[in-house]
Amino acid sequence: MKRYIARRLMQGAVLLCMVATIVFFLGRLTGNPVDLMLPEDATAEDRAALTQTLGLDGPILDQFAIFVGKAIHGDLGTSIRMKQPAVDAFFDRLPNTLVLIPWAILLGMLLGIPLGVAAALHRGGLLDRAAGTVAVLGVAVPSFWLGILLIFVFSVELGWLPSGRMGGPAHYVLPVITLGTFLVAGFMRITRSAMLEVMESEFVKLARIKGLSEAVVIWKHCLRNALIPVLTLWGVFVGNLITGAIVTETVFAWPGIGRLTYEAVIYRDFPLLQAVIILKSILILAINLAVDILYAYVDPRIRLA
Amino acid sequence: MALADRPPSTDAVAPRFSLWRLVWPMGGKARVRRTARVPWIPIAIISVIVVMAIFAPLLAPYSPIDQTLRDKLLPPAWMTGGSDKYFLGTDAFGRDILSRLIYGARVSLMVAVLALTVGGGVGLAVGIVAGYVGGAVDSVLMRLVDAAFTFPAILFALLLSVTMGQGLGTLVVAITLLLWASFARVIRGEVLSLRQRDFVALARVRGCSAPRIMLTHILPNVLNTFMVLVTLNIGVVIIAEATLSFLGAGIPPPTPTWGLMISEGRGRIADAWWVALIPGIAITLMVLSVNLFGDWLRDRLDPRLRQL
Repeated sequence: MKRYIARRLMQGAVLLCMVATIVFFLGRLTGNPVDLMLPEDATAEDRAALTQTLGLDGPILDQFAIFVGKAIHGDLGTSIRMKQPAVDAFFDRLPNTLVLIPWAILLGMLLGIPLGVAAALHRGGLLDRAAGTVAVLGVAVPSFWLGILLIFVFSVELGWLPSGRMGGPAHYVLPVITLGTFLVAGFMRITRSAMLEVMESEFVKLARIKGLSEAVVIWKHCLRNALIPVLTLWGVFVGNLITGAIVTETVFAWPGIGRLTYEAVIYRDFPLLQAVIILKSILILAINLAVDILYAYVDPRIRLA
Repeated sequence: MALADRPPSTDAVAPRFSLWRLVWPMGGKARVRRTARVPWIPIAIISVIVVMAIFAPLLAPYSPIDQTLRDKLLPPAWMTGGSDKYFLGTDAFGRDILSRLIYGARVSLMVAVLALTVGGGVGLAVGIVAGYVGGAVDSVLMRLVDAAFTFPAILFALLLSVTMGQGLGTLVVAITLLLWASFARVIRGEVLSLRQRDFVALARVRGCSAPRIMLTHILPNVLNTFMVLVTLNIGVVIIAEATLSFLGAGIPPPTPTWGLMISEGRGRIADAWWVALIPGIAITLMVLSVNLFGDWLRDRLDPRLRQL
């Protein structure tokens, strides 16, 4: 197990280096990155000073060394618009996103897994068809539009729920639904197919022959084994959640890291965007690592392979 | 040759047509028999949108860009206050929403064609090389594929739009990053089994070079799979393009795109819902249709892909 974790850590470190390298070279794509780093009304002295600090008059590999050296010390540049270190801006906003995401995951699991089980049990029945329709619509409806539609129905027309910004529990409802919808569809689809597979297996037949009650067979023998592939989806979901959070927080004016990303794009705040992408990559890698370790713990075949 | 090599299809019974059956595998024996008929409704919707895109200048009643501020925020024709002049109403600048919708289809389809050609092509090439050459090349390429799956491509797309500037080129590069890995993974799997086949061994014995085998023996045999992947990913591309436009990283205004239209109407949702909601209906219909069509195509050409 230790060796497995060590190997995964190494892979994560390599990936992170790749991301940092790509970000660095993309910033130099347009020629002089100073133009990206400074506000448009910057003076010639400002430009010269920043060129000096970043070593932009030196060879590109030296510049890269400076970039990496600073990054290791937690300095990823200063946000143009906020006039504060980009790393600080990220960590100021991070908690707001972290209070949103668990609810979306909870919604996805609480709706998706039971629906998937039910669809598998009634294969071809009405419930299965309904679940199928939800799954089809779930991938066809753009989530940013879904958010706006929800605002229109529940805030504008019915006046039941607030349309944006952080606040009491009512403020969570629409963003969580927007962010959680694709998770519901995803959890449901994978649970359904995993259940169908497990229900055919020998040990389930044995459990039935032993005379166990149907409830025990379904919820204990089948579901517990069906949940293993569900776990693998987490890695994919993390990436989707990060993307989903950008859109959802933009629609609902939610002051988290997703909204911060959007602001960095529309205000062309390159240093902020660069920092956000590197920090999000670290976040994604950390969560993926945690999921993989959990997965290896649950399913011994993985760590022995 | 590609078709002849596949096991013969066993769908003897023609079942009643049903949309949801196309996308929701029934599993077991039921799956084989219930191969659906041609999905005419999705095909009709796709055709309408394609015709709209191609003949936009002839079909659109107004210019998608010129502003008529006197007529701003008129509701669709069937609502009170709506004008017969503007069937789907107008936006905050008095531009006809129907005309913008028609021109917006152009952008969606153009981006889809270009991004799928480039992104799918890269994925196809990587998949064939990784699968056929194998060894170290394969493991390096597949590591890259894994990495691409871990990182949301949209982050790099946003970064590109800031560094390269907004535009069609940036969008195509960005969506290529989103697509290539899933193409590469599936195609590689296909190639792995193809290279075990006798005709590949024979070609090798006859002295064909590796590039020649990949081009003339492997490539034609993965084209079916490739076409299915392309169709199944049209929806992905359309949603990605709309999302990037919505986030201010797509084709810059005033060019009408569906995502941008939604973004512009967002702030007016309380008094003019049609500006933001109508383009979303167009996106949903389009994506739904291409997905249903793609699933049907997959069942026809390459049912094994269902497990993906």
